[in-house]
Amino acid sequence: MAAGTHASQTRSDDRLQIGAHTLASRLIVGTGKYASYELMGEALALSGTDCITVAVRRERLIDARGQNILDFIDTSRYTLLPNTAGCFSAEDAVRVARLGREILLSLENPGADWVKLEVLADTKTLLPDPVATLAATELLVAEGFQVLCYTSDDPIMARRLKQAGAASVMPAGSPIGSGQGILNPNNIRICLEYLKQGDPDYPVIVDAGVGTASDVTIAMELGVDGVLLNTGIAHAADPLQMALAMKAAVEAGRLAYLAGRIPKKLYATASSPEAGTIAPKPR
Amino acid sequence: MNILVNGAQHDVPERTTIAALLAQLELTARHVAVEVNLELVPRARHGEHELREADRLEVVTLVGGG
Repeated sequence: MAAGTHASQTRSDDRLQIGAHTLASRLIVGTGKYASYELMGEALALSGTDCITVAVRRERLIDARGQNILDFIDTSRYTLLPNTAGCFSAEDAVRVARLGREILLSLENPGADWVKLEVLADTKTLLPDPVATLAATELLVAEGFQVLCYTSDDPIMARRLKQAGAASVMPAGSPIGSGQGILNPNNIRICLEYLKQGDPDYPVIVDAGVGTASDVTIAMELGVDGVLLNTGIAHAADPLQMALAMKAAVEAGRLAYLAGRIPKKLYATASSPEAGTIAPKPR
Repeated sequence: MNILVNGAQHDVPERTTIAALLAQLELTARHVAVEVNLELVPRARHGEHELREADRLEVVTLVGGG
Protein backbone atom coordinates (compact mmCIF):
# COMPACT_ATOMS: atom_id res chain seq x y z
CA MET A 1 0.00 0.00 0.00
CA ALA A 2 2.70 2.42 1.04
CA ALA A 3 4.77 1.47 -1.97
CA GLY A 4 1.84 2.10 -4.31
CA THR A 5 1.25 5.54 -2.85
CA HIS A 6 4.92 6.35 -3.20
CA ALA A 7 4.98 5.28 -6.84
CA SER A 8 1.95 7.35 -7.79
CA GLN A 9 3.41 10.41 -6.08
CA THR A 10 6.68 9.89 -7.88
CA ARG A 11 4.92 9.68 -11.20
CA SER A 12 2.77 12.76 -10.81
CA ASP A 13 5.78 14.85 -9.78
CA ASP A 14 8.01 13.30 -12.38
CA ARG A 15 8.40 16.05 -14.95
CA LEU A 16 11.27 16.58 -17.32
CA GLN A 17 12.91 19.95 -16.82
CA ILE A 18 15.14 21.24 -19.63
CA GLY A 19 16.27 24.80 -19.19
CA ALA A 20 13.11 26.87 -18.83
CA HIS A 21 10.87 24.12 -20.22
CA THR A 22 8.92 21.64 -18.13
CA LEU A 23 7.66 18.62 -20.02
CA ALA A 24 5.03 16.16 -18.82
CA SER A 25 6.41 13.31 -20.92
CA ARG A 26 9.99 12.09 -21.01
CA LEU A 27 9.58 11.08 -24.62
CA ILE A 28 10.42 13.63 -27.32
CA VAL A 29 9.19 12.51 -30.72
CA GLY A 30 10.29 13.54 -34.19
CA THR A 31 7.84 14.40 -36.96
CA GLY A 32 9.82 13.09 -39.95
CA LYS A 33 9.36 10.12 -42.26
CA TYR A 34 5.71 9.27 -41.57
CA ALA A 35 3.68 7.93 -44.50
CA SER A 36 1.28 10.87 -44.07
CA TYR A 37 0.77 13.90 -41.84
CA GLU A 38 -2.47 12.34 -40.59
CA LEU A 39 -0.61 9.24 -39.41
CA MET A 40 2.04 11.47 -37.83
CA GLY A 41 -0.60 13.38 -35.88
CA GLU A 42 -2.18 10.19 -34.54
CA ALA A 43 1.17 8.64 -33.62
CA LEU A 44 2.27 11.78 -31.76
CA ALA A 45 -0.96 11.81 -29.77
CA LEU A 46 -0.65 8.12 -28.84
CA SER A 47 2.99 8.50 -27.80
CA GLY A 48 1.94 10.80 -24.96
CA THR A 49 4.63 13.31 -25.86
CA ASP A 50 4.20 17.03 -25.38
CA CYS A 51 7.37 17.99 -27.24
CA ILE A 52 8.05 17.30 -30.91
CA THR A 53 11.01 18.07 -33.13
CA VAL A 54 10.69 19.77 -36.50
CA ALA A 55 13.15 20.62 -39.26
CA VAL A 56 13.63 23.86 -41.21
CA ARG A 57 13.59 23.56 -45.00
CA ARG A 58 13.02 25.66 -48.09
CA GLU A 59 9.35 26.35 -48.74
CA ARG A 60 7.54 24.31 -51.38
CA LEU A 61 10.47 22.10 -52.29
CA ILE A 62 9.56 19.38 -49.83
CA ASP A 63 5.87 18.61 -50.11
CA ALA A 64 4.67 18.33 -53.68
CA ARG A 65 1.06 18.26 -52.50
CA GLY A 66 1.42 21.74 -51.07
CA GLN A 67 0.57 20.61 -47.54
CA ASN A 68 2.28 22.26 -44.60
CA ILE A 69 3.02 20.27 -41.47
CA LEU A 70 1.75 23.19 -39.42
CA ASP A 71 -1.76 22.42 -40.66
CA PHE A 72 -1.50 19.02 -38.95
CA ILE A 73 0.05 20.01 -35.62
CA ASP A 74 -1.82 21.57 -32.72
CA THR A 75 0.83 24.09 -31.74
CA SER A 76 -0.99 24.85 -28.49
CA ARG A 77 -0.61 21.22 -27.44
CA TYR A 78 3.04 20.64 -28.31
CA THR A 79 6.21 22.53 -27.58
CA LEU A 80 8.06 22.50 -30.88
CA LEU A 81 11.77 21.80 -30.82
CA PRO A 82 13.31 23.01 -34.09
CA ASN A 83 16.44 21.20 -35.19
CA THR A 84 19.41 22.14 -37.33
CA ALA A 85 19.46 18.80 -39.13
CA GLY A 86 21.27 18.86 -42.43
CA CYS A 87 23.83 21.45 -41.33
CA PHE A 88 27.49 20.65 -41.79
CA SER A 89 29.01 23.84 -40.39
CA ALA A 90 28.57 25.91 -37.24
CA GLU A 91 27.67 28.97 -39.35
CA ASP A 92 24.85 27.17 -41.17
CA ALA A 93 23.55 25.70 -37.91
CA VAL A 94 23.32 29.20 -36.41
CA ARG A 95 21.46 30.45 -39.51
CA VAL A 96 18.97 27.58 -39.36
CA ALA A 97 18.48 28.05 -35.61
CA ARG A 98 17.64 31.72 -36.18
CA LEU A 99 15.20 30.84 -38.99
CA GLY A 100 13.49 28.22 -36.84
CA ARG A 101 13.19 30.65 -33.95
CA GLU A 102 11.65 33.23 -36.27
CA ILE A 103 8.88 30.84 -37.35
CA LEU A 104 8.19 29.69 -33.79
CA LEU A 105 7.97 33.32 -32.65
CA SER A 106 5.34 33.88 -35.36
CA LEU A 107 3.47 30.81 -34.13
CA GLU A 108 3.80 32.06 -30.54
CA ASN A 109 5.08 28.63 -29.59
CA PRO A 110 7.15 28.36 -26.39
CA GLY A 111 9.81 26.43 -28.33
CA ALA A 112 11.06 29.68 -29.87
CA ASP A 113 13.83 29.98 -27.30
CA TRP A 114 15.45 26.59 -27.78
CA VAL A 115 17.00 24.50 -30.51
CA LYS A 116 18.13 20.94 -31.07
CA LEU A 117 21.63 21.48 -32.40
CA GLU A 118 22.89 19.02 -34.98
CA VAL A 119 26.10 19.73 -36.84
CA LEU A 120 26.94 16.67 -38.88
CA ALA A 121 30.25 15.48 -40.20
CA ASP A 122 29.22 13.32 -43.14
CA THR A 123 26.12 11.88 -44.75
CA LYS A 124 27.08 8.23 -44.41
CA THR A 125 27.37 8.07 -40.63
CA LEU A 126 25.42 11.23 -39.74
CA LEU A 127 27.81 11.43 -36.83
CA PRO A 128 28.21 14.87 -35.27
CA ASP A 129 31.22 17.00 -36.08
CA PRO A 130 32.45 17.56 -32.51
CA VAL A 131 34.55 20.66 -33.23
CA ALA A 132 31.80 22.40 -35.20
CA THR A 133 29.16 21.29 -32.68
CA LEU A 134 31.11 22.90 -29.85
CA ALA A 135 31.63 26.10 -31.86
CA ALA A 136 27.94 26.29 -32.74
CA THR A 137 26.94 25.69 -29.12
CA GLU A 138 29.05 28.64 -28.00
CA LEU A 139 27.60 30.91 -30.71
CA LEU A 140 23.99 29.93 -30.00
CA VAL A 141 24.33 30.19 -26.22
CA ALA A 142 25.77 33.70 -26.73
CA GLU A 143 22.63 34.54 -28.74
CA GLY A 144 20.40 33.43 -25.89
CA PHE A 145 19.32 30.05 -27.25
CA GLN A 146 18.79 27.12 -24.94
CA VAL A 147 20.81 24.54 -26.80
CA LEU A 148 19.93 20.85 -26.71
CA CYS A 149 23.00 19.32 -28.16
CA TYR A 150 23.09 16.17 -30.27
CA THR A 151 26.45 14.50 -29.80
CA SER A 152 28.13 11.12 -29.84
CA ASP A 153 28.34 9.13 -26.61
CA ASP A 154 31.82 10.47 -25.83
CA PRO A 155 31.84 11.55 -22.16
CA ILE A 156 34.62 14.10 -22.67
CA MET A 157 32.75 15.80 -25.50
CA ALA A 158 29.58 15.71 -23.41
CA ARG A 159 31.38 17.54 -20.62
CA ARG A 160 32.78 20.14 -23.02
CA LEU A 161 29.31 20.85 -24.40
CA LYS A 162 27.86 21.30 -20.92
CA GLN A 163 30.73 23.65 -20.05
CA ALA A 164 29.92 25.62 -23.21
CA GLY A 165 26.44 26.22 -21.82
CA ALA A 166 24.28 23.51 -23.44
CA ALA A 167 20.90 23.27 -21.68
CA SER A 168 20.96 19.53 -22.32
CA VAL A 169 23.49 17.14 -23.75
CA MET A 170 21.94 14.45 -25.94
CA PRO A 171 24.27 11.54 -26.67
CA ALA A 172 23.30 9.18 -29.47
CA GLY A 173 22.61 5.57 -28.52
CA SER A 174 23.73 4.57 -32.01
CA PRO A 175 23.73 6.26 -35.43
CA ILE A 176 20.63 8.25 -36.43
CA GLY A 177 17.90 6.06 -37.88
CA SER A 178 19.99 2.90 -37.46
CA GLY A 179 17.73 1.22 -34.91
CA GLN A 180 20.72 -0.36 -33.22
CA GLY A 181 19.69 0.78 -29.73
CA ILE A 182 22.17 1.67 -26.99
CA LEU A 183 25.45 0.33 -28.36
CA ASN A 184 27.67 1.44 -25.51
CA PRO A 185 25.73 1.70 -22.26
CA ASN A 186 28.99 2.18 -20.36
CA ASN A 187 29.70 5.42 -22.23
CA ILE A 188 26.18 6.63 -21.48
CA ARG A 189 26.81 5.80 -17.80
CA ILE A 190 30.02 7.84 -17.80
CA CYS A 191 28.27 10.71 -19.61
CA LEU A 192 25.64 10.65 -16.86
CA GLU A 193 28.27 10.58 -14.12
CA TYR A 194 30.19 13.52 -15.59
CA LEU A 195 27.18 15.63 -16.51
CA LYS A 196 25.29 15.11 -13.27
CA GLN A 197 28.26 15.40 -10.91
CA GLY A 198 27.18 18.01 -8.36
CA ASP A 199 24.26 18.83 -10.67
CA PRO A 200 21.87 15.86 -10.45
CA ASP A 201 19.04 17.65 -12.23
CA TYR A 202 21.06 18.41 -15.36
CA PRO A 203 19.01 16.84 -18.17
CA VAL A 204 20.60 14.15 -20.32
CA ILE A 205 18.59 12.81 -23.24
CA VAL A 206 19.39 9.81 -25.42
CA ASP A 207 18.88 11.06 -28.96
CA ALA A 208 19.00 8.72 -31.92
CA GLY A 209 19.44 5.04 -32.62
CA VAL A 210 16.37 3.73 -30.82
CA GLY A 211 14.83 0.83 -32.72
CA THR A 212 12.16 -0.54 -30.43
CA ALA A 213 10.60 -0.22 -26.99
CA SER A 214 13.28 -2.15 -25.09
CA ASP A 215 15.94 0.28 -26.36
CA VAL A 216 14.00 3.13 -24.76
CA THR A 217 13.59 1.24 -21.51
CA ILE A 218 17.29 0.37 -21.35
CA ALA A 219 18.20 4.03 -21.89
CA MET A 220 15.83 5.16 -19.16
CA GLU A 221 17.05 2.47 -16.76
CA LEU A 222 20.57 3.82 -17.15
CA GLY A 223 19.27 7.05 -15.63
CA VAL A 224 18.91 9.36 -18.60
CA ASP A 225 16.16 11.94 -18.23
CA GLY A 226 14.44 11.32 -21.52
CA VAL A 227 14.62 9.79 -24.97
CA LEU A 228 14.26 11.51 -28.33
CA LEU A 229 13.25 9.27 -31.20
CA ASN A 230 11.68 9.46 -34.65
CA THR A 231 12.33 6.57 -37.05
CA GLY A 232 11.55 3.90 -34.44
CA ILE A 233 7.90 4.99 -34.54
CA ALA A 234 7.63 6.46 -38.04
CA HIS A 235 9.02 3.42 -39.84
CA ALA A 236 7.55 0.70 -37.62
CA ALA A 237 5.21 -1.64 -39.50
CA ASP A 238 2.42 -0.15 -37.37
CA PRO A 239 3.49 3.31 -36.17
CA LEU A 240 0.42 3.72 -33.95
CA GLN A 241 1.07 0.50 -32.00
CA MET A 242 4.76 1.44 -31.72
CA ALA A 243 3.85 4.90 -30.40
CA LEU A 244 1.93 3.21 -27.59
CA ALA A 245 4.84 0.82 -26.99
CA MET A 246 7.33 3.71 -26.76
CA LYS A 247 5.08 5.54 -24.30
CA ALA A 248 4.91 2.46 -22.06
CA ALA A 249 8.64 1.84 -22.48
CA VAL A 250 9.72 5.29 -21.35
CA GLU A 251 7.46 5.06 -18.31
CA ALA A 252 8.62 1.53 -17.46
CA GLY A 253 12.27 2.49 -17.75
CA ARG A 254 11.85 5.61 -15.65
CA LEU A 255 9.97 3.76 -12.92
CA ALA A 256 12.55 0.98 -12.89
CA TYR A 257 15.36 3.53 -12.60
CA LEU A 258 13.62 5.28 -9.71
CA ALA A 259 12.83 1.93 -8.08
CA GLY A 260 16.46 0.81 -8.25
CA ARG A 261 17.22 -2.52 -9.86
CA ILE A 262 18.77 -5.47 -8.02
CA PRO A 263 22.46 -6.11 -8.60
CA LYS A 264 23.36 -8.80 -11.10
CA LYS A 265 24.81 -11.96 -9.54
CA LEU A 266 26.47 -14.97 -11.11
CA TYR A 267 24.52 -17.60 -9.15
CA ALA A 268 20.90 -18.16 -8.25
CA THR A 269 19.16 -16.93 -5.12
CA ALA A 270 15.93 -18.72 -4.20
CA SER A 271 12.80 -16.61 -4.02
CA SER A 272 10.90 -19.13 -1.92
CA PRO A 273 11.97 -19.78 1.69
CA GLU A 274 14.72 -22.35 2.00
CA ALA A 275 13.51 -23.31 5.49
CA GLY A 276 10.38 -25.36 6.10
CA THR A 277 10.46 -27.55 3.01
CA ILE A 278 8.97 -31.03 3.41
CA ALA A 279 11.21 -34.01 4.05
CA PRO A 280 12.54 -35.31 0.76
CA LYS A 281 11.60 -38.81 -0.23
CA PRO A 282 14.54 -41.12 0.53
CA ARG A 283 16.42 -41.98 -2.67
CA MET B 1 14.83 42.98 -61.53
CA ASN B 2 16.09 39.48 -60.93
CA ILE B 3 16.37 37.88 -57.52
CA LEU B 4 17.14 34.34 -56.44
CA VAL B 5 14.52 32.68 -54.24
CA ASN B 6 15.45 29.25 -52.89
CA GLY B 7 17.89 28.84 -55.73
CA ALA B 8 15.45 29.79 -58.51
CA GLN B 9 15.42 33.01 -60.55
CA HIS B 10 12.44 35.32 -60.01
CA ASP B 11 11.67 38.48 -61.94
CA VAL B 12 10.03 41.03 -59.63
CA PRO B 13 9.32 44.78 -59.92
CA GLU B 14 11.86 47.25 -58.51
CA ARG B 15 11.46 47.95 -54.78
CA THR B 16 9.41 44.81 -54.15
CA THR B 17 9.15 44.23 -50.41
CA ILE B 18 9.51 40.84 -48.76
CA ALA B 19 5.84 41.01 -47.74
CA ALA B 20 4.84 41.64 -51.36
CA LEU B 21 6.98 38.78 -52.58
CA LEU B 22 5.46 36.35 -50.06
CA ALA B 23 1.99 37.44 -51.11
CA GLN B 24 2.90 36.93 -54.77
CA LEU B 25 4.18 33.45 -53.94
CA GLU B 26 0.93 32.80 -52.01
CA LEU B 27 2.81 31.86 -48.86
CA THR B 28 1.44 32.15 -45.33
CA ALA B 29 3.73 34.74 -43.76
CA ARG B 30 3.27 33.25 -40.30
CA HIS B 31 4.61 29.89 -41.50
CA VAL B 32 7.83 31.09 -43.09
CA ALA B 33 11.08 32.80 -42.21
CA VAL B 34 13.13 34.78 -44.69
CA GLU B 35 16.83 35.27 -45.04
CA VAL B 36 18.24 37.83 -47.48
CA ASN B 37 21.90 37.43 -48.41
CA LEU B 38 22.47 35.16 -45.41
CA GLU B 39 20.87 37.58 -42.91
CA LEU B 40 17.52 36.83 -41.27
CA VAL B 41 14.92 39.55 -41.78
CA PRO B 42 12.36 39.39 -38.94
CA ARG B 43 8.71 39.23 -39.95
CA ALA B 44 8.06 42.66 -38.43
CA ARG B 45 10.33 44.16 -41.11
CA HIS B 46 8.92 42.24 -44.11
CA GLY B 47 6.63 45.16 -45.00
CA GLU B 48 9.43 47.71 -45.19
CA HIS B 49 12.37 45.66 -46.43
CA GLU B 50 12.78 46.37 -50.16
CA LEU B 51 14.60 43.79 -52.23
CA ARG B 52 17.45 44.67 -54.58
CA GLU B 53 18.72 43.27 -57.85
CA ALA B 54 20.55 39.95 -57.39
CA ASP B 55 19.41 39.49 -53.78
CA ARG B 56 19.60 35.88 -52.70
CA LEU B 57 16.69 34.78 -50.56
CA GLU B 58 16.03 31.71 -48.51
CA VAL B 59 12.34 31.28 -47.70
CA VAL B 60 11.93 28.43 -45.25
CA THR B 61 9.18 26.73 -43.30
CA LEU B 62 8.90 23.86 -40.86
CA VAL B 63 8.82 20.28 -42.11
CA GLY B 64 8.85 16.88 -40.45
CA GLY B 65 12.17 16.05 -38.85
CA GLY B 66 13.80 14.24 -35.98
